[in-house]
Amino acid sequence: MSSSRHGTRGNAPILAKLLLFLTCLTLTTGLSAETLEATLAQLAERSFKVKLEAVESIATSEDGRALSILEALAAGELYTWKGVPRVVIGRKSGRTMHLLDPLTGQALGEGRAKKIILNNAMRVALRGAIAARTLSSPDPAARLGAAREMLGDTSPAATKALATQLEREQDAEVRAAITLALAIARLGAQEADTRLAAVTALEASLYPEARNALLPLAEADPDPAVKAAATKTLEDIDQLLAWNARAETLFFGLSLGSVLVLAAIGLAITFGVMGVINMAHGELIMLGAYTTYLVQSALPGWIDYSLVLAIPAAFIVSGLFGIAIERTVIRFLYGRPLETLLATFGISLILQQLVRTFISAQNVVVQNPSWMSGSWQINPALALTYNRLYILIFALLVFAALLVILRRTALGLEVRAVSQNRAMARAMGVRSERVDALTFGLGAGIAGVAGVALSQLTNVGPNMGQAYIIDSFMVVVFGGVGNLWGTLVGGMTLGIANKVMEPWAGAVLAKILVLIFIILFIQKRPRGLFPQRGRAAEG
Amino acid sequence: MIIRAMKDDTGGQILLAVLLAAVLLVPILSLAVPDSSPLHLSTYTVTLLGKYLCYALLAVAVDLVWGYLGILSLGHGAFFALGGYAMGMYLMRQIGDRGVYGDPVLPDFMVFLDWKELPWFWQGFDMFWFAALMALLAPGVLAYLFGYLAFRSRVTGVYLSIITQALTYALMLAFFRNEMGFGGNNGLTDFKDLLGFDLQSDATRAGLFVASALALGLGYLACRIIVTSRLGRVTVAIRDAESRTRFIGYRVEQIKAAIFTFSAMLAGLAGALYVPQVGIINPSEFSPINSIEIVIWVAVGGRATLYGAAVGALMVNYGKSLFTAVFPDAWLFALGGLFVLVTLLLPRGLTGLLRQRSAG
Repeated sequence: MSSSRHGTRGNAPILAKLLLFLTCLTLTTGLSAETLEATLAQLAERSFKVKLEAVESIATSEDGRALSILEALAAGELYTWKGVPRVVIGRKSGRTMHLLDPLTGQALGEGRAKKIILNNAMRVALRGAIAARTLSSPDPAARLGAAREMLGDTSPAATKALATQLEREQDAEVRAAITLALAIARLGAQEADTRLAAVTALEASLYPEARNALLPLAEADPDPAVKAAATKTLEDIDQLLAWNARAETLFFGLSLGSVLVLAAIGLAITFGVMGVINMAHGELIMLGAYTTYLVQSALPGWIDYSLVLAIPAAFIVSGLFGIAIERTVIRFLYGRPLETLLATFGISLILQQLVRTFISAQNVVVQNPSWMSGSWQINPALALTYNRLYILIFALLVFAALLVILRRTALGLEVRAVSQNRAMARAMGVRSERVDALTFGLGAGIAGVAGVALSQLTNVGPNMGQAYIIDSFMVVVFGGVGNLWGTLVGGMTLGIANKVMEPWAGAVLAKILVLIFIILFIQKRPRGLFPQRGRAAEG
Repeated sequence: MIIRAMKDDTGGQILLAVLLAAVLLVPILSLAVPDSSPLHLSTYTVTLLGKYLCYALLAVAVDLVWGYLGILSLGHGAFFALGGYAMGMYLMRQIGDRGVYGDPVLPDFMVFLDWKELPWFWQGFDMFWFAALMALLAPGVLAYLFGYLAFRSRVTGVYLSIITQALTYALMLAFFRNEMGFGGNNGLTDFKDLLGFDLQSDATRAGLFVASALALGLGYLACRIIVTSRLGRVTVAIRDAESRTRFIGYRVEQIKAAIFTFSAMLAGLAGALYVPQVGIINPSEFSPINSIEIVIWVAVGGRATLYGAAVGALMVNYGKSLFTAVFPDAWLFALGGLFVLVTLLLPRGLTGLLRQRSAG
């Protein structure tokens, strides 16, 4: 009984569909009912060989009810009735087993039944047969799924089903999928011409099944023309795949770069514009991530929207912390960067411990909204995950917003004035203390916003800030202190460099190499990629 | 020379006197006084004190470059760990066939990784003198190369701090890799004996304590001799006005690289003495946080005094042991608060406060 319990679990919807289907069919019971019944009885045999033959014969049967029987068999719903030599559909409720006639759907009452056991060969045959039958379904999405399922299936039955469907298929997408599946199937044809046509049809196909099917032909096809064509097509496919792989690496690099830029861009303000070494920057990122967690916890039913709400919330939380840090500690340390480094490092320890004490020492779970999951399938060999894509776009938006704030607003003007010449700015009536606090708050708030984005990619825990602080400093120093564009270019360059090296060096070694590269780069250009020019750069 | 170096250094004289007393007293209290006596020092305490002394030596090394050369090095944790690894490799080789797998040559982790022979960089570490030399040379050579490049390019101030931190971080990542051949994640441990002495015995522990105290004393004297010499005066000149010193005609890069290298070797020595006492060395010793912590010891004690660094290291670490035993959660609050308060309120450290008192 334990095996039957296993088989019926969770199949209620399939069963309901099946029943509906069967009731329709009972009206049109055809001539072949007897033959179908005979083959059905074969399924009760012990021998897998006999059962496989039965599956194949049902698969090729003209009878319209064959699909439902195959589906029931694949779903593990077909049983043999104990004592009665008959195959039935079994439906368990509680401890009793309700039996139905597989051909008519009639209830046969309760009884004891034994599940029909499948082996792998049968499962493969069933999958192919069901796909071939679904190919003529009225639903285009079902037909497309069936055609994709049949990629690489070279059985004559499959080829026949595909060819038949191709003649009457209207939907362009399904046609393309069927053509592809058919071409792969025909690669195994007897006639050289058919094979050659199939090879031509597979030109530039990025499906791995197409490549796998072409391989033996390119290696040892008896016909030289086919062999040459297959080799050429294979080379073209490999080249295309290589380009796709490069595009993927580039995307991963840009994605890592966007994370680095997000993490570093707040620092580009506090360190780059104000000259403050803020070792608590990573913890401000962490606070942003925790704000996301708290917003999600406060609005449990709104996962899809709470992430958007978390962005301003994190900006405010981290920004206020930043202003508090500036007012209580940093303002006493201007002009003493090394002391600032130590004091802010102390603050980072305190913030970490605050989170550990008041929230949890363990990592917390931040959920991904539904629109962040899944991926954008550009072609069979290239898919971009939405979360990385959105974060890349988000990083660019944050960068643009910051650029606008610094270049186009009154605050931005004052920030630049104070950073270039504090005394002169004060003489012109700029309240430099207020500007300092706001600038630091802005940098901290941006760190919080970065934390919202990072919470979607990595673990959120008390230590997460430490993972970013060194990278962030590297990006700012590499890009050039005091230059936002430098941070963008620097972050993206380091991200891509990391991902390009990763395949042959491994993730850790790639990171080490990037660090060594930066150390050497600083020797050559101590002021980074885009050094600040003018008087402000001296000193 | 020694007398001249120590003449006006009251704090240093007290420190050396205390160290001398400790060298004489601790072995007696630990080995000769019976367990029942209240004066008896347990092996645990002796080891703890020895550990603190290693930290103090490390702090003196950092103070030499930070206090007198103006370089805030965040790489001294790495030099310390490199010295520790050199000693750890020697101790690993001393295990011989007493390891879990019983291989006479290969340490356990190599057998575990299915390595067939000893990598080239493990050759020679079965000899103590070679390991001791490497404990000094490995950090020294790294510091010289790094320092020479950085100082020649005139990377200074915050930038230098950040790239020393990058160096430390890169080393940590590298030592975490199993392929590097330093035991990966787990590091080196399960040590048995040092120069034939059983590491678990009380006498060896007392001996290691004495060695640490002597190393601290000698290291202190050496630093003191440097800072009171002509070289020391140039060093301070570089700290206060680097360009001017260069224009006067001093080879600033060379002097900086030399002092930085010497300081790194002292840190390596501290690491080498530290490892047999704690019984393990692993990549987390490279963690950038450790390097910053060393700086705070110096800041708490008082920068540019040398003895202040030693006092700071002893005090902060004693506080850490105390705190983590009583309120484990509060330690980071305390340490973080210490960072903030010392930089804001005590720019000259605790010894600076004392000097002010006695002067005023």
